Amino acid sequence: MDANLTVFIILAVVAIGSAIGMLLNRNAVYSALFLILNFATVAVFYIILGAPFIAMTHVTVYAGAIMVLFLFVIMLLGAEELTGGTTKFDWQKPAAVVLALFLLAELYVVIFFRDTVFAEFRALADFGTPQNVGRVLFNDYLLPFEITAFLLLAAMIGAIVIARRVRRKPGN
Amino acid sequence: MVSIEYYIGLSAILFIIGTMGVLTRRNAIIIFMSIELMLNAANLLFVAFARMFEALGGQIFVFFVMTVAAAEVAVGLALIVAVFRTKQTINIDEASTLKG
Repeated sequence: MDANLTVFIILAVVAIGSAIGMLLNRNAVYSALFLILNFATVAVFYIILGAPFIAMTHVTVYAGAIMVLFLFVIMLLGAEELTGGTTKFDWQKPAAVVLALFLLAELYVVIFFRDTVFAEFRALADFGTPQNVGRVLFNDYLLPFEITAFLLLAAMIGAIVIARRVRRKPGN
Repeated sequence: MVSIEYYIGLSAILFIIGTMGVLTRRNAIIIFMSIELMLNAANLLFVAFARMFEALGGQIFVFFVMTVAAAEVAVGLALIVAVFRTKQTINIDEASTLKG
């Protein structure tokens, strides 16, 4: 089978599996962690598709900022589970060891075979680089870019106003 | 590149899983995460088509989708916190005061 297709299928299985895990898990914290795994897989897809800058932004914004916000709110509200019942994961420790070995093997491949493995990515090197993305963003899409700045400002003010604790006046 | 049909299929599956999450789960935070998953599926397809047509416009749109998603999460989580303050739960079925 084609090497590209093999990589695609492995990543697709991980992406779909983590999405289903997010959907079915009773505990909101585990759901959030599954979603982070899904975002990481999608970031790898972006790198394969010649969009390294998007991939890095995706990891920073989604897996970094947005999911930290999610986890913060889950733990702030103590809303891990809506219904009772906890599950125990006795298989977690052996699974962790196996996955760590996989990670070690991956690192080995990446470090020692990087010239052959990444040959195709190097051909794509100047497609989605920060320079090219920035040039298009600030030339052709300048107005939408400015509008998103206002959108973010409005969202920030909205979030502060909505989440603010309303103090009742002593007279009421 | 793997042919575009595979990416369309993967994106559709992720989008459908997100839709199922919105429709079946009652935890407001999980519903929000499912919406993120759907936005993500759309982003993946944007980048795949950008690669296919060798046009950077698709990648730029991913930025705008990301910005909208970040804004939506900030406001949405603030709403969830406000709902939790009044109802003491984030079960979406309990927040039906406006239902006619």
